[in-house]
Amino acid sequence: MGQIELKQVTKSFGNTQVIPPLDLTIHEGEFTVFVGPSGCGKSTLLRLIAGLEDISSGHIEIDGTDATSLVPAKRGLAMVFQSYALYPHMSVRKNIAFPLKMAKMDQAEIDKRVNAAAEVLNLKDYIDRRPGQLSGGQRQRVAIGRAIVREPSAFLFDEPLSNLDAALRVGMRLEISELHKRLKTTMVYVTHDQVEAMTMADKIVVLQAGVIEQIGSPLELYRTPRNVFVAGFIGSPKMNLITGEEAAKYDAHTIGVRPEHIDVVDGEGEWNGTVGVAEHLGSDTFFHIHNTGLGEMLTVRAIGDVSLKHGDKIGLNPRKNEMHRFDAAGLRIA
Amino acid sequence: MARMTSTRRKIITTAVAWAIGLVIFFPIFWTILTSFKTEAQAINDPPLFFNFDWTLENYISVQERSDYLRFLWNSVAIAGGSTLLGTLIAIPAAWSMAFVPSVRTKDILLWMLSTKMLPAVGVLYPISLIFVQFNLLDTKLGLIVVLMLINLPIIVWMLYTYFREIPGEILEAARMDGAKLRQELFYVLTPMAIPGIASTLLLNFILAWNEAFWTLNLTAAKAAPLTAFIASYSSPEGLFFAKLSAASTMAIAPILILGWFSQKQLVRGLTFGAVK
Repeated sequence: MGQIELKQVTKSFGNTQVIPPLDLTIHEGEFTVFVGPSGCGKSTLLRLIAGLEDISSGHIEIDGTDATSLVPAKRGLAMVFQSYALYPHMSVRKNIAFPLKMAKMDQAEIDKRVNAAAEVLNLKDYIDRRPGQLSGGQRQRVAIGRAIVREPSAFLFDEPLSNLDAALRVGMRLEISELHKRLKTTMVYVTHDQVEAMTMADKIVVLQAGVIEQIGSPLELYRTPRNVFVAGFIGSPKMNLITGEEAAKYDAHTIGVRPEHIDVVDGEGEWNGTVGVAEHLGSDTFFHIHNTGLGEMLTVRAIGDVSLKHGDKIGLNPRKNEMHRFDAAGLRIA
Repeated sequence: MARMTSTRRKIITTAVAWAIGLVIFFPIFWTILTSFKTEAQAINDPPLFFNFDWTLENYISVQERSDYLRFLWNSVAIAGGSTLLGTLIAIPAAWSMAFVPSVRTKDILLWMLSTKMLPAVGVLYPISLIFVQFNLLDTKLGLIVVLMLINLPIIVWMLYTYFREIPGEILEAARMDGAKLRQELFYVLTPMAIPGIASTLLLNFILAWNEAFWTLNLTAAKAAPLTAFIASYSSPEGLFFAKLSAASTMAIAPILILGWFSQKQLVRGLTFGAVK
């Protein structure tokens, strides 16, 4: 249970087509992440799957049956919203029980499932509180609780962590990943944060302007980005993209080297420049390098604490075997 | 210096607020005061403030001449009925305009409001004909329907404004959770909008309670509410100020008491969303 297929799905708002014809298969049990910049259509795509928006043309199949014209409740999917979307006038217990009550489930069974969900999500102590009395992380757990009690065939997450502070976000990221490992249910997760995508996904779908730029596992996208957009979007800090003469030396329109694939050398290197900002993280140091003659500012990641500072000369050697080459159309050259 | 100005500003605004409040309240105060005077004292020149012989005779004679409770019941039924009926119609209407707006929603809202710009007397003749045709003259049902129609634009507008404050995602969550439209409105939207709905109900109850044009023109004896009760004491010669005041006081007392007890709710509802 939990296979979702989009066939030639399009979506237009008025005369603006936000999703051109799109095909996508989300396999059973997979953790799929839609990632892309703001306005790339990832949330719209999720809402189309949920049934909260009608598709303009095409078909959506869930577990082999056509769900295109089904109302959200009939699709067997549960959704966790960015704003949590809890019912503010109901206690945590009633919030979690709501979908079961709507399904006219037996009260004893409702109690059993709500208690089980509260146990799993550490909500037992707050079960009779209202959402307004909970912290952001607790609210998010209630929202997840409300989703899991239904035992849906797939979970849809719409940027669920973006309202949380950084520390909590890392914690919730792990909790959601663990939940997936335990439930083994299909999860579709929308985020604009490529770190979330990289750390959680089995499969990442990179979107730009409603078009799928690439689908693959996190490491596939990292190692073999299909085009310049994916190369620049996946990986943190961003890949250095260099055009012009230097790229021409490698028979390419654009070459890309990740910051972690440039070595800092003593004395002169293949590329030379001056250090702009040095970000010392302890475990790593990020250098932003100017005046390289390559036309672009370079970002370099050095392992450990390298004691170069603003204005120092620096020599760099890019690792040739880790270099990515792209043609004039921005596509990867094999 | 800053503290000085802010204190002074506070004193001035408080004084102005009190002055406005007193000016607004004075006619009501004067009516209540006059109701305890004799007819002679009521038209005394100069006006008497507290230096008169307090009496309840006006209340007694008003009650003797007309059955207050019957008028009161008619007012409650008409104001309450029209408000409830209006709200039942307005909740789904406001829901659809707030959460599934079309390109015409704004126009519809304005058009609805525009019906309030028409002077009531302009439709007196057609409405009277309809009432005659359907045997609705001097019936509570007829007035409930007419007052509901008159206040409906205001109810829809107020509810629309409150509903707009409710995040659409919560209703979408309810839809994902399997709530049908009726359940979405009943279990999720309505409870969340309670403060707004309560103040809408209250304001419309007051408007319907005080409505005088239609209630005077479309009723005679059976369905006459308190507005007709007051009107029956106004004589062209203006000789019965004390009794008129007693009747008025009796007519406004219930709504005044209701307003007093629900003022917190009313203020919260009317400023809902204005202050974050």
